[in-house]
Amino acid sequence: MLHQFEQNGYNIALDSASGAVHVLSPLAASVLRQMASLPLPPSKQPPEGYSEEKAECWDDLYSLYEDGTLFSDDIDMENASYASGLIKSMCLHVSHDCNMRCRYCFAGTGDFHRGRQLMDLETGKKAIDFLLKESGPIKNLELDFFGGEPLLNFDVVKELVRYGREKEAPLGKNIRFTITTNGALLDDDSIAFINEHMYNAVLSVDGRREVNDLNRPFEDGSGSYDTIIPKFKRLVKDRNADWYVRGTYTRDNLDFAEDVLSLNDEGFDQISVEPVVLPEDNPMALREEDLPVIEAEYERLAKEMIERYREGRPFTFFHFMIDLDAGPCVYKRLKGCGCGAEYVAVTPGGDIYPCHQFVEYPEYKMGNVNEGKVDRAAQRKFMRCAITRNSECKLCWAKYFCGGGCPANNYGFNRDIEKPYKLGCDIERKRVECALMIKAAEAEIDEERENSLIAGI
Amino acid sequence: MKNVKTLNKSTYAKKSVNAGCGECQVSCQSACKTSCTVANQKCEKKNKK
Repeated sequence: MLHQFEQNGYNIALDSASGAVHVLSPLAASVLRQMASLPLPPSKQPPEGYSEEKAECWDDLYSLYEDGTLFSDDIDMENASYASGLIKSMCLHVSHDCNMRCRYCFAGTGDFHRGRQLMDLETGKKAIDFLLKESGPIKNLELDFFGGEPLLNFDVVKELVRYGREKEAPLGKNIRFTITTNGALLDDDSIAFINEHMYNAVLSVDGRREVNDLNRPFEDGSGSYDTIIPKFKRLVKDRNADWYVRGTYTRDNLDFAEDVLSLNDEGFDQISVEPVVLPEDNPMALREEDLPVIEAEYERLAKEMIERYREGRPFTFFHFMIDLDAGPCVYKRLKGCGCGAEYVAVTPGGDIYPCHQFVEYPEYKMGNVNEGKVDRAAQRKFMRCAITRNSECKLCWAKYFCGGGCPANNYGFNRDIEKPYKLGCDIERKRVECALMIKAAEAEIDEERENSLIAGI
Repeated sequence: MKNVKTLNKSTYAKKSVNAGCGECQVSCQSACKTSCTVANQKCEKKNKK
């Protein structure tokens, strides 16, 4: 499947089935449009009446076809495998309590509408035992301390890390711990512990001070920005492992590029800012009619990122990160996030859900770690979530970039884990286009730099 | 080629459809908590090289 688009002066062609990305001259882009409008496979011979220049473009494009990087056959989806059913990743809700009152919180101010509760140590240990057992031969496991706010239960977090390290060694496994925190309770000790033991740290902040303080106030209504930013800076300064500052944008800040750039201006260079997911009747929810503004904002952000790259101060934006040469294998691309199949969430009481977002849906409870087993029929439903089975995904040029989207969003909007959430799909397609355009621009800048160096010599 | 610049040469080989070691990170364990994406995930095998 061919996807051809123009953005920021770059003509780009993505051969969806092979993943090849071509940057075209305006003439070659026009010739490719004609080639794509004619019956496939393309003819080696250019159409009659072509100028020499156009014929040259045709020849170049035809050679790409011969190389298997244009009009290539799609992957044999009917024979593609689904998720294995080995659970290797866990979102551990050590706290259904929170010291912030974020306006958009899908966790209902931290308690997931179930009452405030902290996980006890024994339940946490059983969750780790469950993960070690259910992961079978998989070596690398993941465990994200999540909430609510996990620092409200940090003694249990520390004990569980110690327990995990003790239990993983004899089994030859490697648990990669992550913590997702709002930062309010960070101090020197917790920062040192996180930086020593956590493979990844996700630091929640929404961007500009005024946006963050409106959306992420403390319980007393006061803003959190001036409390958390210095702490996040301290954590990041001493860190030698993965981390992101991560925020949410809503209908109230559709100029969210300013929030991303504000975080970068504060010195953070690994940033994720995601669209809010709320019921359509919530005034902060994104609407279909907002899409043109959202798309333009992603483009604006992409252009500014290119300028900062040119100026030698690049930063990464999570949803524009694409590794064209060393990204995930096709198997990974087919099955997306793996929620409910290889990834589960566990509540403070030990209940198992397909992911952190499904915890709000009691009908999706899949078991309890105290019983040490999972509802296999429910798991199989999620194992079948793959772009190979989804008629809408099959026809989408971006399917190998998104992996089929978010089943929780699908359920939230369509009451069907396999029916894509349309606005989410539209936003993801735009982000992929921006990411590819950035790749084209960076390649051009790199080439200019190389040429300057050569000229200098 | 004067008119075309290819940014990558990697292709999703058909043979890998039924492969996949399963050792890589799931996307929601990185910085993606409400909107899935997989293309930015690292391949565990390639990281070892």
